[in-house]
Amino acid sequence: MLAKRVIPCLDVRDGRVVKGRKFQGLQDVADPVSLARFYNSAGADELVFYDITASHEGRKLFAETLTAVASQVFIPLTVGGGINDLSDFDRVLKCGADKVSVNSGAIADPGIIGRAAKKYGDQCVVLSIDAKRAGGRFEVYAKGGRVPTGLDAVEWAKRGEAEGAGEIVLNSIDTDGVRRGFDLEMLAAVCDAVHIPVIASGGAGCAEDFVTLFREIPGADAGLAAGIFHYGEVDIRDLKRRLRAAGIAVRL
Amino acid sequence: MIAVVDYGVGNLFSLVSSLRFIGAHAEVTADARALSRADGIILPGVGAFADARAKLRSSGAEEALLREVAGGKPFLGICLGMQMLFERSYEYGVHEGLGLIPGEVVPFSLPADMKVPHMGWNGLNILRPCPLLAYVSNGEYVYYVHSYHATGCGAYTAAVSEYGIPVTGVVARGNVYGTQFHPEKSGETGLNILRAFKDITEGRL
Repeated sequence: MLAKRVIPCLDVRDGRVVKGRKFQGLQDVADPVSLARFYNSAGADELVFYDITASHEGRKLFAETLTAVASQVFIPLTVGGGINDLSDFDRVLKCGADKVSVNSGAIADPGIIGRAAKKYGDQCVVLSIDAKRAGGRFEVYAKGGRVPTGLDAVEWAKRGEAEGAGEIVLNSIDTDGVRRGFDLEMLAAVCDAVHIPVIASGGAGCAEDFVTLFREIPGADAGLAAGIFHYGEVDIRDLKRRLRAAGIAVRL
Repeated sequence: MIAVVDYGVGNLFSLVSSLRFIGAHAEVTADARALSRADGIILPGVGAFADARAKLRSSGAEEALLREVAGGKPFLGICLGMQMLFERSYEYGVHEGLGLIPGEVVPFSLPADMKVPHMGWNGLNILRPCPLLAYVSNGEYVYYVHSYHATGCGAYTAAVSEYGIPVTGVVARGNVYGTQFHPEKSGETGLNILRAFKDITEGRL
């Protein structure tokens, strides 16, 4: 039986992790390699890196950072941020990424999902969706949650699956940063509509939120969070012990 | 030295990095002399069976590889590299494998609510003692990504993972080993499996 996954997400700008702060026993919390090693030894099942730079120089630094992480941390690595065409897939896969997450790039050109899936395999293509409640449905937003697209999140998820995406990261703009739990309503809607793994993102404020997520939404395969892990508020191993105690299969 | 067979299939970055991380000297090669010089050989692989098999043949490494394996050199196939150890595969047609271990590779046939590919962390159920698993305990998790699985391997199956069916995870026959999962992506458990392979190549296991 597959284990439910716990995934810390690291935003990287100019070779440094943004947000990283309070950690005992870590010399440099903003160094992606140190932080990745820390999370790996703490029991993270996977790491997600978002490249939040846009400059050419930033991209180069990100590639170097990723290569350094991938040569020392041996769990699956997903990379997103600035993925617009196949050459972007190639660029990050060469540096040791296992999966590539595409968001605004797929909204602009949905065909990129299929082209990448054909070239690198479905398992490699992650469709990342930022969505928010609007008029009784969930609307997809582009450009880091700034631009409404008119797309319906459930329909967009189904389209992504049909195009060949191997996995979906569903980030709720409504619950993001609020820390009162994952957006169970939105997750239920998307999990019911697709057969590929769905990663819940946005809203985790404590360990119990992960227990609730996996109990209430059996179709959710993983929970992703940034702040609560980076600030040291939730220890991944403690969190997984609680999940196991609640009867949820996890890798410990 | 451990030779990682380079036949144009998949990305070898993580595998080579993980071997270096555990202190092994890894060489990416398809050269017969390098394979002959190596203490052990790893056959990686992702993608489609027929394409990979054709590329292995045309790389010129296949003949040398089979000769070394027949001579008793430790050999490890990973993921598609493991699937090629068997007699045949039914991935898009019927294709002949290397025939080093009895068995064949078939698509998953699972209830509708179970997702294919079998992708993620799954626990190892160790069926019998195996040198490759010398440093791994029963129940440890490893990372899988695959849509086809090996069946009919009989007593050569050393470990399985439950996914609707017992999925063949580790096979071993003499000096020939295979893992369906990716040890280079399976955290400390995966590194310990590579450490065991390194120790096998050095005659310590």
